[in-house]
Amino acid sequence: MAIVPNPYKTTGVLGWIDDRFPLTKLYRDHLSQYYAPKNFNFWYYFGSLALLVLVNQLISGILLAMHYKPSAAEAFGSVEYIMRDVPWGNIIRYMHSTGASAFFIVVYLHMYRGLIYGSYKKPRELIWVFGCLIFLVLMAEAFCGYVLPWGQMSYWGAQVIISLFGTIPFIGPDIVTWVQGDYIPADATLNRLFSLHVVALPFVLVGLVVAHLIALHEVGSNNPDGVDIKKFKDPETHIPLDGIGFHPYYTVKDLVGVSVFLIIFVGVICFAPDGGGYLLEKPNFQEANPLVTPPHITPAWYFGAFYAMLRATPSMFSSALPGVIVMFGAVLILFTLPWLDRNPVKSIRYKGNLTKALTLLFAIDFVMLNYLGMQPPSELYTLLSRIGSVYYFGFFVSLLFIHNFETAKPVPERVTE
Amino acid sequence: MQNAAAGPKGIGPEGASPGSEVDQGRRRFLTLATSGVGAVGAGFVVWPFLASLKPSERAKALGAPVKADIAGLEDGQMLTLAWRGKPVWIIKRTPAMIESLTTVKAEVADPESSVQQQPEYAKNETRSIKPGIMVMVGSCTHLGCSPTFRPDHPAPEIAPNWQGGFYCPCHGSKFDLAGRVYKGVPAPINLLVPPYRFDGDTNIVIGEDQVAA
Repeated sequence: MAIVPNPYKTTGVLGWIDDRFPLTKLYRDHLSQYYAPKNFNFWYYFGSLALLVLVNQLISGILLAMHYKPSAAEAFGSVEYIMRDVPWGNIIRYMHSTGASAFFIVVYLHMYRGLIYGSYKKPRELIWVFGCLIFLVLMAEAFCGYVLPWGQMSYWGAQVIISLFGTIPFIGPDIVTWVQGDYIPADATLNRLFSLHVVALPFVLVGLVVAHLIALHEVGSNNPDGVDIKKFKDPETHIPLDGIGFHPYYTVKDLVGVSVFLIIFVGVICFAPDGGGYLLEKPNFQEANPLVTPPHITPAWYFGAFYAMLRATPSMFSSALPGVIVMFGAVLILFTLPWLDRNPVKSIRYKGNLTKALTLLFAIDFVMLNYLGMQPPSELYTLLSRIGSVYYFGFFVSLLFIHNFETAKPVPERVTE
Repeated sequence: MQNAAAGPKGIGPEGASPGSEVDQGRRRFLTLATSGVGAVGAGFVVWPFLASLKPSERAKALGAPVKADIAGLEDGQMLTLAWRGKPVWIIKRTPAMIESLTTVKAEVADPESSVQQQPEYAKNETRSIKPGIMVMVGSCTHLGCSPTFRPDHPAPEIAPNWQGGFYCPCHGSKFDLAGRVYKGVPAPINLLVPPYRFDGDTNIVIGEDQVAA
C-alpha cells in the first residue's frame, strides 16, 4: 500500500504543504472526519479536560523551572522567592500545584467513566493499558514534583516513598542508597528528582498520551450505550449513522466543559490555593529538616487510597514488603481489567443490578480509602482500611464471574438518545 | 558451516546486479554478530549511567564517623546527633530504665534481638556495649520517620502498660528503651544500633566498630 501524497488534492499554499506533509489528512482523520458517537454525556468531558490540565502543567512548569533552584540549600528559598518576589509567581505556582490535584480529579473520573461504560473491552484494551501507564507515570511525576519545594512534608514524604524500595529482600538498603545518591534523602536526591520531573517523565507522559490517542482513533470511541456505531453506516458516505465529526461538534461541546472547569479551577487558585491544607499541606511551609519528623505524615490526597492500603497490610516475616506489594498491586491490577471483566455486556446501563451496586460501592470504597489514607492511624481506621483494601481487590476479582448471577438487560442495536 | 545452497535464496536489494544471489546464512550470522556486539556495547554504556547515581565521593566523605562527648549527659537524658544525616540517639539509662526492659520482655516482638539490627557486640539483653548507655539510630524501621522519646509513664494514651520508650507519630509504632519493637505495630523489626565504640569513658565514636578487647 503506497502512500499517496495529498489524497484530498488541495491546492495553493495548503496544497504545497500537503504534497510534502499530511496536514489536511491529519486534520480530517483526527478532527473533522473522526466520527464519535453522538450520545456522549457528562462523563466524556474528562478526557479533553485531562489534556487541558496537561498543557496547564507544562506551561506553568516551564515558567516555574526558570526561577526554581534544584538544590537542598536553595530550593525552599527559591519557592518562597517565586511566591513573593517573582511577578505573578504566586499565581503561576498555584496554577501548577492546583493543576496537580485537578489532574488527578479529572483522571480518576476519566478512569471511572471507562470502568462504567466498559471502554476497556475489546477492541480498546490497549487504549486502557496506555491509560494505566499514563496514570503510573503521572503518579511518579506527582511524587517527584511534590518533593521539589523541599518542605517538611516534601522531605518526609520522599523518605517514606523511597524507603519502600528498602523492603526488597537482600538488596533493598543498597537500592535505597542508589536511588537517593546518598545515605538519606539529600541534595543529590532532590537534584535527580528535579531532572525526572522536568525532563524524563514529561517526555514519557506526552509520548504515552499520543499513543493513547492514536489507539483511540484507530478503533473509535466507545459510548454510554457500549454499542458499536460502525455497524450501521450510511451506504453512500460510509459515515456511521450515529457518528458526528469530532470537530466542530465535540470541540464545541468540550468548550462548555472547559468553561465550567476553568471557573472552578480559577476559583480555587484565587480564593483557596492551599485547599484547606489538602492541596498544599501546612507542614510544607516549613523547610525540610532531616532530624525532626512532623507529628503526622500524610501523603498528597490523591495518593490517600494507595497509602491506606500500604498501612492496612500488616508486616509478615519481619518485613514490610507485603504492604508495598499490596500498594503496587492496587495500581497494577488496573492493567488487567480488560481480561478480568468477563461480562459480555459493555455498558453499565445494560448490566445487572448486582454489578451496578458493586461498581457504585467501588467508587465509595475508593473515596473512603482516600480519606483514611490521610488520617492519623487508629484501630477503627486500620480495620476500615483493611475492609476497604479487600473490597478494592475483591471487586476486580468479582468481575470474573459476577455476571453469571444476574440478568442483563437487552442491549439496543443503535445508540439511544 | 555457512552453506548458501541449503538456505533459502533471496533477491538482492535494489541496485544489486540482477540474478545475484544473497547468502542468507551469512546475512543471518552477520546480523546476529552485529546485534550481539551492539548489545554488549550498550551494556558497557549503561553501566556508567547507572553507576553515576551512586553516592558521590563528597557524599561518602560527609558520611564519615562522628564523635560525641557524653560527659554532660544526665541520668535519663537523651542526646541526639546527626550521623549520615540520620538522627542518632544516645540515652543515659537509669537502673529503673534498665529494669523496665525485663518488664516489657513479653510484649516486644524480638526480645532476643535475633534480627541483625545491631553489631554482634550489642546483641545482648540491653542491646548496648554498656547497659547504662544506649546508642541507636532514631529512624523508625517501618518507613523511616523519627519516633518521639517518651520516657514518661504511665502514659495510657500510648499503651495501658507503658514503661517508657519511643512512640512513632507517623504510624503508631512503639519501641522500648532498648529500641525493641512492640508486637502488633506497623514497624517489623527493632531499631538499628549503629556501629559505635567508646573512646575513653566520655567519648563515643559513631560509625566505627568496637575492636575486640
